[in-house]
Amino acid sequence: MSSHENNENIKNPSSPKEELEVFHKIHNDLDQSITEKSKLAGWINDRLPIVASLENTLKRHPYPKNLSYWWNFGSIAGICLVIQILSGLFLAMHYVPNTKFAFDSVEHIMRDVNYGWLIRYIHAVGASMFFVALYAHMIRSLYYGSYKPPREILWWVGIIIFLLTMATAFMGYVLPWGQMSFWGATVITNLFSAIPLVGESIVQWLWGGFSVDNPTLNRFFVLHFLMPFLIVGIVLLHLVALSTTGSNNPTGVPMKSKKDSISFHPYFTIKDMVGFVIFFIIFGYFLFFYPNALGHPDNYIPANPLVTPAHIVPEWYFLPFYAILRAVPDKLGGVLMMFGAIILLFFLPYLDKSKVRSGAYRPAFQKFFYIFVINFVFLGWLGKSPADGWYVWASRLSTMYYYAYFLLILPILPKFEKTLPLPESIDEDYKSKHKH
Amino acid sequence: MKKYFLVLLLLPSLAFANADVDPSIDESKITSALHPKEMKWEFDGFFGRFDRASIQRGYQVYKEVCSACHGMKLMSYRNLQDIGFSEAEVKNIASEYLVTDGPNDDGEMFERAGLPSDKFVGPYANEQSARSANGGAYPPDLSLIIKARHDGPNYVYSLLNGYKDAPEGFEMAVGKNYNPYFEGRQIAMPSPINDDGQVEYKDGTIATKEQITIDVVNFLQYVSEPETEHRKKMGVRTMIFLGILFGLLLSAKRAIWRNVK
Repeated sequence: MSSHENNENIKNPSSPKEELEVFHKIHNDLDQSITEKSKLAGWINDRLPIVASLENTLKRHPYPKNLSYWWNFGSIAGICLVIQILSGLFLAMHYVPNTKFAFDSVEHIMRDVNYGWLIRYIHAVGASMFFVALYAHMIRSLYYGSYKPPREILWWVGIIIFLLTMATAFMGYVLPWGQMSFWGATVITNLFSAIPLVGESIVQWLWGGFSVDNPTLNRFFVLHFLMPFLIVGIVLLHLVALSTTGSNNPTGVPMKSKKDSISFHPYFTIKDMVGFVIFFIIFGYFLFFYPNALGHPDNYIPANPLVTPAHIVPEWYFLPFYAILRAVPDKLGGVLMMFGAIILLFFLPYLDKSKVRSGAYRPAFQKFFYIFVINFVFLGWLGKSPADGWYVWASRLSTMYYYAYFLLILPILPKFEKTLPLPESIDEDYKSKHKH
Repeated sequence: MKKYFLVLLLLPSLAFANADVDPSIDESKITSALHPKEMKWEFDGFFGRFDRASIQRGYQVYKEVCSACHGMKLMSYRNLQDIGFSEAEVKNIASEYLVTDGPNDDGEMFERAGLPSDKFVGPYANEQSARSANGGAYPPDLSLIIKARHDGPNYVYSLLNGYKDAPEGFEMAVGKNYNPYFEGRQIAMPSPINDDGQVEYKDGTIATKEQITIDVVNFLQYVSEPETEHRKKMGVRTMIFLGILFGLLLSAKRAIWRNVK
């Protein structure tokens, strides 16, 4: 019997490879597989091994027993994807992707389609809730070091999901063909003209013409319909990567034995349900009572290429990046800094070299992290402020802190910071926090 | 320099300034809009409901005053049944309007009396005609006006009641009217509601200017969001359900986790 399987005094793995080896040796035991207990389950599994597969994930795979509610946001984001696809599907049955009819078709949904108003508001509010879940999920990863080895690919796949979701949301917002739809599309697609030499050609190719017009709307509808299914595929990759490395946990100390872990079912199935209900309460508050609070009134004015709105602003979840874009006084520079702010995230595993994984044991890191979060929110507020006066300088300073956090603070911090002593194991940490 | 510095210190207070009240503020220099007055509306809040009597009066105001210039093309005559008109009344109202239909079997377009299924007939054939009749300005369609303006109900109410003479020294453009609630303070629309009794209400309610504007806002809110009542009722029931579900699930979670040591 390997000394790893039942010994609580295992030292912390010293390399990502070792961590993976230790993780793969941990299994929860089952008296009997459901494929033996249930004839139906056995019959299905003999023909398509999904039953055994699900059982493995839900009952045999180890999950850290000390996961906090910050770990609920992944499944919440997953539910948001399902909600968006279902509500979007039913909207698509009534929506017309033609500039002459788009706006009125949305109003037809709101007024004439049975519960059309409900489906439309679920989709619109749902998009915002999706980003709440994504940002919370990413904040968790940034704080607890979930991007560090061996979870680099898990993190990268996550950023790809984030990018695809942003592209999907951007195109979706164009579809109602309101003033903000049209002008937001015009501003953002025009950015690509900043690419030297081929920029203008690329933009005309994207537009399908010489400005945002019917061809643009039509293709945005097609792509908006398509991309969520791509996202589903990437999410499955994300889950496979997760099952390969195992979940991180608030201590950052990996699972080493059965004493550190519990099965997904019933512990996290029920805990995820609690998370879902809290999430639905917040969703419901906006959906039923303030469905337009997160949107812009100008989008209830039909698109007019001859009238530019006083202030062109994207939806709230894009505002921090919009502020970064506008902070740079050069078009190409602004585009590069804006995309750079997200591309930067790919390099996180190599920028943050601290041997201590979780921010919970890094007091100096915590201070810079909190400033980062407040700064990001501040950038968002700047994104919807006019681009003049002191707002410009504030945006530049804020953008500099955003970049400095990743490029300067995180790499340098490990050299100077005093970290707190790590617990010996997850089990020890759990017991010390749950003295009843 | 000290004088200019003191003025600079006072500038932030302009955000809260109400020039109506504070004589030290030079109103002729301000072009930004005043914040709308905060009113209490029957449809506000978690338990908001439509005041159907008011909405019906508001429809009468729209019909007699606003529809001269403003269309409402997203409303159908049959929708008026939701605010309390009977089927017969709706048929009657619709039939007062001429709708272009066709082509008939001779290939010609023809005019016929409106049906409940028809959308509201607007005052102009198209936008160009509307602009031509209004000095180049386009009276916006009112179907979504409440949702298309920030703080819609209060904004529309304040705007309709806000007309006054331009302050001394304020340069008015030709054909524009002074209204401190409109961004830029110069609006193409002349004051539409001026006198008490401008409309004679069928239900006998006294039609003060205040009453007229309240009624028309109630009507416009219904037109912009006909689902308001249904949505809020559903919302209250859903939140109660979720609250109870939360309690049950949390207890279940705690029970299940009790054996995790």
